[in-house]
Amino acid sequence: MAEYVTPTTEQEFAGNFAQLKPLMSNSEALLESSRCLFCFDAPCIKACPSGIDIPLFIRQINSGNATGAARTIYEANYFGNACGKVCPTEVLCEGSCVYTATGAKPIEIGRLQSHATRKVMDQGKHLFQPGAATGFRVAVIGAGPAGISCACELRKLGHEVDVFEARSQPSGLTLYGVAPYKITNEETLAEMAYLEAQFGFRVHYNHAISTRPDLEKLEQAYDVIFLGIGLGHTSPLGLPGEDRENCVGAVEFIEQLRIRQEQTAVGRKVIVLGGGNTAMDAASESARLGAEKVVLAYRRGKEEMGAYEFEYDLAKGVGVQGLFNVAPLEILGNGKVEGVKFVRTATFNGQVQTVPGSEFVEACDMVIKATGQAKKTSFLGLIPELQVDGKGRIVFNPNTGQTTNPRYFASGDAANGGAEVVNAAAEAKAAAHGIHQFLIKS
Amino acid sequence: MPDLSINFAGIKSPNPFWLASAPPTNSGYQVMKAFDAGWGGAVWKTLGVPVVNVSSRYGSVDYRDKRMMGFNNIELISDRPLADNLREIEEVKKRFPHHAVIASLMVQSRQEWHDIVRDAENAGSDGIELNFGCPHGMCERGMGSAVGQEPEVLQTIVEWVMEVARIPVIVKLTPNISDITEPAMAARRGGANAISLINTIQSIVGVDLDLFAPYPIVDGKGSNGGYCGPAVKPIALNMVKNCAQHPDVRLPISGIGGIETWRDAVEHILLGASSVQVCTAAMHYGFGIIREMTSGLEQYMREKGFRTIDDMVGRALPNVKHWEDLNLKYKVTANINPDKCIGCQLCYTACEDGAHQAIKLNSGTRIPEIIDENCVGCNLCSLVCPVEQCITMERRDDGTQHQTWKERTEADDIPVTFNDERAGGLHHWVPEPAAALGKEKHKTLPGKARQFEKVTVTE
Repeated sequence: MAEYVTPTTEQEFAGNFAQLKPLMSNSEALLESSRCLFCFDAPCIKACPSGIDIPLFIRQINSGNATGAARTIYEANYFGNACGKVCPTEVLCEGSCVYTATGAKPIEIGRLQSHATRKVMDQGKHLFQPGAATGFRVAVIGAGPAGISCACELRKLGHEVDVFEARSQPSGLTLYGVAPYKITNEETLAEMAYLEAQFGFRVHYNHAISTRPDLEKLEQAYDVIFLGIGLGHTSPLGLPGEDRENCVGAVEFIEQLRIRQEQTAVGRKVIVLGGGNTAMDAASESARLGAEKVVLAYRRGKEEMGAYEFEYDLAKGVGVQGLFNVAPLEILGNGKVEGVKFVRTATFNGQVQTVPGSEFVEACDMVIKATGQAKKTSFLGLIPELQVDGKGRIVFNPNTGQTTNPRYFASGDAANGGAEVVNAAAEAKAAAHGIHQFLIKS
Repeated sequence: MPDLSINFAGIKSPNPFWLASAPPTNSGYQVMKAFDAGWGGAVWKTLGVPVVNVSSRYGSVDYRDKRMMGFNNIELISDRPLADNLREIEEVKKRFPHHAVIASLMVQSRQEWHDIVRDAENAGSDGIELNFGCPHGMCERGMGSAVGQEPEVLQTIVEWVMEVARIPVIVKLTPNISDITEPAMAARRGGANAISLINTIQSIVGVDLDLFAPYPIVDGKGSNGGYCGPAVKPIALNMVKNCAQHPDVRLPISGIGGIETWRDAVEHILLGASSVQVCTAAMHYGFGIIREMTSGLEQYMREKGFRTIDDMVGRALPNVKHWEDLNLKYKVTANINPDKCIGCQLCYTACEDGAHQAIKLNSGTRIPEIIDENCVGCNLCSLVCPVEQCITMERRDDGTQHQTWKERTEADDIPVTFNDERAGGLHHWVPEPAAALGKEKHKTLPGKARQFEKVTVTE
């Protein structure tokens, strides 16, 4: 039995996709911030990829200085509000909270972070302004977490910034790729508008940079080009029947969900292929859209899934069933998807091997492939001297973001191969400083 | 079964918990409700001269999310008609003949004192408490703490009262004085039967940062109030002890100040109180808290084998000494239980910055290590540690030696110069001052430490 009824209205959608980390009230923030021990050399800071001084901002909230708290957060991470909601805090800051060693609940750092940042956003309180103009111009390709973070920091340093975004809205996967129960579109966009109002970078929407002439124009008009291009579509599995109707990529499915919300079509019986966090999201989302049965099929055992435990728990909590040690052989159907033919697998010496004769068919009317995103290697091939590694990632200096073409800098998923919003935000900030050093020395 | 009942200077009550003279005892309604809930006695809100009160009367000191760690008020004595109060006292006594009802009084002239003492007695009060403590408003009219701060005036008024009083008289003392035993002795000289302390402490609990005015704010202005609540307990305990130990006071003491749980009450009793009075806790949580207080007290008495409250009164007094009588040979050092340590490193930073640099950090672990030879046994680390029994203070001397400052002074064995071998700090290791510069800055200033200064790029 489905846990959720298919949502037909905005309200029903919001109900099915209720926020996992809802906004904290002032009272709740006071109670929660009061619990913080203010550790010395706090483990939560070390666990945060963007190094936010967490005990400081919690103490600022506690002492009635939410604006100061927001400043502490934003100084380290421009996606402060979004990260409070979408970060896997369970394995980062909150996972490292010393309280966990006492058996007590860790401090709800993510929600406190969003509480403080939401306050300044709602009040329209500006914390930053662009630095004195340097005359240098930087083109940022992609308005995702990397591109926007880099743009903010570059503006703070006084450089002129144009952001080129292929889509019609900013924030990249924060908007198009995160599960709706983690953050709403409104909240994501509000933070983007808040940043843009303070830093005054220009974003050119629906402006894809995809050809060599496009790049040449940028190379002529700008001193440096920053690549915050992220990853591409879901990689094909190369299975027979993969082109059948209702066999979709997880990234594409989630994007539809974020844009079309309750109008997103979902099967009655859905099979999600994959064992990563995106697979968990897609499975949870299918269930919350009212699918009667959602099966999560993974090649290896449960323990070997790449997904965080809490993400799998979330999926289980909405009725998703796990099907482990199976490999898909073929997407069956007649025009539309009708099932997946699997073979059972076993792992020998770390190698997954199929078990001959163990084939079986699992019926379904939708398949979601959560088996990884393709790299944008053909686009990257258009940039002279730019090297990518064996996995299609841009080769770059992690301290400066500089690529093998000195005028090109990069960070985020395109460089790290795919990580969290917080990683992109932190890396892009470092890249902005790399760009700054490059510009002032040139 | 322990017996919780007391006979305090002739005032009998089923348990030692009385409501102090304050807003919770403003009416017969409240006192009856309290007695119904289990309180043993009540000191009626002070009766006396006509007053007018302001609106906005209380202020609070909050600690993080905890409300009313400290509390102050600028309310005056009862503003209800005397006749109404007397009638209600009578009603309460009829309904609760075995509970203690004490009338708190505050007037000025000898005649007024005589009249009001008789009124209180005629209403059936079990005792009288003279309010010589109120530190706001009334003192500006020459009453309350203005009396408590002048031992001779206090003594005179007590004498007036004793001229007519036929029931026990308690003198309530103000802590707004340098030596609490002075007014206590004056009360004894005047013939009082007991003392109660402390009344509230003159205070400003906070300042409004937008209005630039002290709390509680009355139309943009404020005045000093009287401070009470959990925060004042340490001051109260010390003053109760001072009176209890003083050879010339020798009066039963009703302990007041920061009593919220049975533990607080037991502390007052162990330092010499034989009844206790509660106000702020009742104003915060209501009369229902009495259940925890009586059950906790009873459990404690059972475990300790105390049969009556009197068995406990002053039991800690022999152990409260002057500093010069403490054993200088006693030595403790801190011990961290690594199995319990959660790695917050508060002990480290507290000792490093606030004590004697006797804790170090080792790489690869968040569990700090005590440097025994630097540890002076100050307790700080064990006090900041958030885990129960994780840092314990372990005794290091063998317990055979005992030497006090007083003994050393008498034996002419005290240091006379700082370079004297016998001087305390002479051989304490301290780090070189300049070793502090930049030390662990990346840990203590993590936000600032994350600056992007050392960035090098290909040109």
